[in-house]
Amino acid sequence: MHTKTTILSLPEEEFVNPGNRACAGCGLGTSYRIALKALGWNTILVVPPSCLTVLQGLYPIAATKLPCLNVTFASTAAASTGMLAALKALNKQAIKVVAWAGDGGTSDIGLQALSGAAERGDNFLFICYDNEAYMNTGVQRSGTTPQWAITANTPIKGKLQQKKDVPAIMAAHNLSYVATCSASFPLDLYDKVGKAVTLPGVKYIHIQIPCPPGWGFEPRYAVKLGKLAVETGLFELYEVENSQFKLTGASQKIADKRSLVPVAEYFKAQSRFKLMKASQIEEIQERINKKWAGSFETAEDTDED
Amino acid sequence: MHIIESGNVAAALGVKLSRAQVIAAYPITPQTPLTEKLSEIIEMGEMDAQYVPVESEHSALAVCIAASSTGARAFTATSANGLLYMHEQIHWAAGARLPLVMCVVNRGVGSPWTIWNDHQDSISQRDTGWIQIYVNDHQQIIDGVIKAFKLAEEVMIPVMLCYDGYILSHTYMPFEIPNQEQVDAFLPPYKPEYALDPMSPANLNTVTLPDVRLDTRGRLAHGYMEIRYLLQEDMIKTIEVMNGVDKHYMEHFGRGGCPLYETYQCEDARFIAVSLGSLSYHLREVIDRLRNEGIKAGIMSVHLYRPFPAEAIAEGLASAEGVIVFEKALSYGYQGALCSDVRSALYPANGSRKKSPFVHNYILGLGGREIKTSDLYEAFKDSCRKGPSAGKDLMWIGLKI
Repeated sequence: MHTKTTILSLPEEEFVNPGNRACAGCGLGTSYRIALKALGWNTILVVPPSCLTVLQGLYPIAATKLPCLNVTFASTAAASTGMLAALKALNKQAIKVVAWAGDGGTSDIGLQALSGAAERGDNFLFICYDNEAYMNTGVQRSGTTPQWAITANTPIKGKLQQKKDVPAIMAAHNLSYVATCSASFPLDLYDKVGKAVTLPGVKYIHIQIPCPPGWGFEPRYAVKLGKLAVETGLFELYEVENSQFKLTGASQKIADKRSLVPVAEYFKAQSRFKLMKASQIEEIQERINKKWAGSFETAEDTDED
Repeated sequence: MHIIESGNVAAALGVKLSRAQVIAAYPITPQTPLTEKLSEIIEMGEMDAQYVPVESEHSALAVCIAASSTGARAFTATSANGLLYMHEQIHWAAGARLPLVMCVVNRGVGSPWTIWNDHQDSISQRDTGWIQIYVNDHQQIIDGVIKAFKLAEEVMIPVMLCYDGYILSHTYMPFEIPNQEQVDAFLPPYKPEYALDPMSPANLNTVTLPDVRLDTRGRLAHGYMEIRYLLQEDMIKTIEVMNGVDKHYMEHFGRGGCPLYETYQCEDARFIAVSLGSLSYHLREVIDRLRNEGIKAGIMSVHLYRPFPAEAIAEGLASAEGVIVFEKALSYGYQGALCSDVRSALYPANGSRKKSPFVHNYILGLGGREIKTSDLYEAFKDSCRKGPSAGKDLMWIGLKI
């Protein structure tokens, strides 16, 4: 069993230089910094166009201390495969390959290549940082934008469709490891990344990233928003290891306590949801309640045992 | 060793002899037998390479781009719509200065669907910053692949080696297989100046500003325009490097001698045909017939299409009265791209050429339309007869409308 990392046992070595180009309060800044600590120096990154491209800096200056290959939007997973093939050919298999893509680069334009790599079982970690829209291009809807969110191209009615469940799609590929994380639970992220890289084949980690300008809240509330998403049960933290689903960390606590923070608190804290009617919030609350009912029952069963 | 095999197998054997380390491919007719052969060679343990069966051509080139950036020699092959699906990656590979080699087994592009041969696929990719070489027979395919790796790695620019679908890819011809030891001596292992490495981290292909910028040590780094300027400069230098690679290959294997273009009966020719690929050899029959009738005709087969060896081509054509360009591709709304290039070569920036030949342009064989020797003969003869008074910039052969 892994011992849980604490703030005291977190490695001090940094792989992101101070002074990057992320926005104030950006959840990606924290997640990237923490995940790179878990990956360590013997890693090569693969990054498509995204906020991370901006965070890393403009030529010839880079904020990241790890080598990184910037690739075209749709090709992140395929490029990771190519990098692995080269490392194998050159007998350098100890080097880890880790792809970092945004939600658009994962759930929309990058999905075909990701599914292809997952089916081939290539040995790399794919991290999707999900700030729930095309933030880098000015907040347009993506496959993972939640229902009713106002974006630059859903400006009047908000997004009509529900969020695409990419971790479930990836779990359906029978991967050795699929996990969800939140920028607001960095130690959980650290442990999951550390675990993922020890497992074979494609591993997939999906991180929810609060985005102050895209979601419409003040930068100082970034951590709070990420926590609310989890505590309301809207976004759950879990692992699927060899097809076994398990709630983790804060989400497991929700199941244990059988209590959810009302989701209205989450919606009301962000201007992107300002058009939501009470009935729409209520409908989503019911969806959440239904989703958690199963976990609450399982938790009760555990208690009886 | 001489064998009789298909053009696709000739290409596969060239890749094997070149010791490509990573091969990625997605099936498309008529490229498939080439990559199938490579998968077989690798599965049999006859070649030490990683074969990646990707889910699209876009991914095939992604695999090659990443593999090459990591320090491996990489190869892919495709045709027609597969090549077009790669388009973004084709630009990317050239901008990143990766010495990839890709065989393009030429096929017409949809819509409507066609699986037969023409040159529209590769011609449409001429402005991407890749070196483009067109070859005419199986021997040129196998030699061409080996030379392509050498050339690509010397100038750090990717190479498309183009050959005609079916006409070359699926026909059987005798050719000699170069000896592995000699190939190893000609083409040593790929050793890039920089490859991705955690011991020496670099961030490749980052966002680059319009203007030049200082790095953290205060040295001025290139802006986007300088990076692109250098690609153009190195493309132009490639013409000379190509001559050197060909000479070097000749010393090792005794074949070559016409890296930029190949001529037939051009020395005293009054009329010279210009074309790409196997059509050039087809036209030789027409030249022979015209010569028998006393018409001094010749054919120039362009091998190096990008960079375009304009000076050498103009030199080869300057003494002719007429130039007749036969093409299996078209820049819609204007003329054949090769014809534009030839006309442009004959009209240099300094306007120094006092007298230039007339230039006719024939479009033929699109989507695999049969090219009859008798039609080529009639067209060529007609151009010789009419000369500058032909009246039309562009003419079609074999059109039934």
